[in-house]
Amino acid sequence: MSLRVLPVGDDALLVEVESGEQAEALHAELLRRRAAGLLRAREIVPAARTVLLDGLADPGRVASELAVADVPAAPPREHEIVEIPTRYDGPDLSEVAAHWGVREQDVARIHAAAEFRVAFCGFAPGFGYLTGLPARYDVPRRATPRTAVPAGSVALAGPYTGVYPRSSPGGWQLIGRTDAVLFDPAREPAALLSPGTRVRFVPAGPAGSAGPA
Amino acid sequence: MSDRALVVVRAGALTTVQDRGRPGHAHLGVPRSGALDGPAAALVNRLVGNSADAAVLETTLDGCALRPRSEVTVAVGGAPCRVRVDGRPVAWGAPVRVPAGAVLDVGAALSGVRGYVAAAGGIAVEPVLGSRSTDLLSGLGPAPLTNGTVLHLGRELAPYARVDVGPQPAPPGELVLRVTPGPRADWFTPEAVRAFTSRTFRVSSASNRIGLRTEGPVLERAVDGELASEGMVLGAVQVPPAGRPVVFLADHPTTGGYPVIAVVRATDLPAAAQARPGTPVRFVAVRRR
Repeated sequence: MSLRVLPVGDDALLVEVESGEQAEALHAELLRRRAAGLLRAREIVPAARTVLLDGLADPGRVASELAVADVPAAPPREHEIVEIPTRYDGPDLSEVAAHWGVREQDVARIHAAAEFRVAFCGFAPGFGYLTGLPARYDVPRRATPRTAVPAGSVALAGPYTGVYPRSSPGGWQLIGRTDAVLFDPAREPAALLSPGTRVRFVPAGPAGSAGPA
Repeated sequence: MSDRALVVVRAGALTTVQDRGRPGHAHLGVPRSGALDGPAAALVNRLVGNSADAAVLETTLDGCALRPRSEVTVAVGGAPCRVRVDGRPVAWGAPVRVPAGAVLDVGAALSGVRGYVAAAGGIAVEPVLGSRSTDLLSGLGPAPLTNGTVLHLGRELAPYARVDVGPQPAPPGELVLRVTPGPRADWFTPEAVRAFTSRTFRVSSASNRIGLRTEGPVLERAVDGELASEGMVLGAVQVPPAGRPVVFLADHPTTGGYPVIAVVRATDLPAAAQARPGTPVRFVAVRRR
């Protein structure tokens, strides 16, 4: 794996790799090192093709260690799968179906068949950028973002699926809705999804009815 | 029964509860938040005998007014202002006893932007993820104050007035922010990189707790296209497509997709919190420590 280490201010490093898979492997390795006491960092923030290390006591030393680091492939995913019951009735279903070249009713089947993984979080507390659909299902953002996307909306943009933890403006294509609570500060853990979490979307019946288990 | 609480008589334009924030959750998309002028918040806490992590009030430009239900020691700092108790002038930047039922009026900032009000025992709202701070980006923590809000106070920990008066820096007439270049300086033209550290910008009135926005030279990109989302740090100078730099403050998003041309040294950010719209801003390149 080829790493590029970019200094960020006085006490942070941005480690850049070539793919989302490499970022996942690097993130896992950095978490392992922190747990083993080999790395002291206040924040380890994975993203699309980078991992940010913030709050480092000695960024110079960490940078030289990373330059010669041997990063193993991402470890097997041991986490349980989080299932998100989803009603596939979003307002952008037909647009997504058109992008995919499938019938509207096939969107749910294709989306629910994939196993997703939280590549990283951002945008809002508990908002995960989930990967798992084949690249041919990438969709563009909406040309005009909505001023209010309802909480629980299941949405697509680029290679990602996301679930809006609370109502907010947003430009993603809405394909469905869930009652799952993505973020609850009173819960432990507060975030249903964190980087690395495996996720499956399970088709559920319309609002108010008991969906399939 | 002692009812240790403050009743908000005049909430002011934007008054929030702030402490040292909730670092450590950026990987979940949770901003750090916390007082924008950390040294000012720490000082008013010391003046009333609070620990450094006690929650205080952060006011914006026009202060606030509070009525304690029982006698309490307070201190006001940050942006200089007139302070009155039941109309009588009292000291700014020093501990003040406010009798039960009297009105503490924290006046409009004479200079600077953000005032800090500490009360002995600290503002005892329920912590969220280990912090009482209001995060205006993600909505975590207590809502901004409104008239009539009742703020309960914690137990007084220590006798007040460990210091009589604390010297505080004057708000900046010109904001000089030391920056280290990168991580994405190479996304900009050499002229833009030069302009960034040689020209003068001004603080935009669109600035808030998320970012200090600037007006002035437009920084042109050398690289077109989109940057994949990446982690953002406090003090990052992000340049959106319009080319006007934004300095990320405490409520900044944890990831972002616009290139960061440089990062402001953390010790210069409290002054940024006190710079009014129109204040000249210069970015000065320094070596990484």
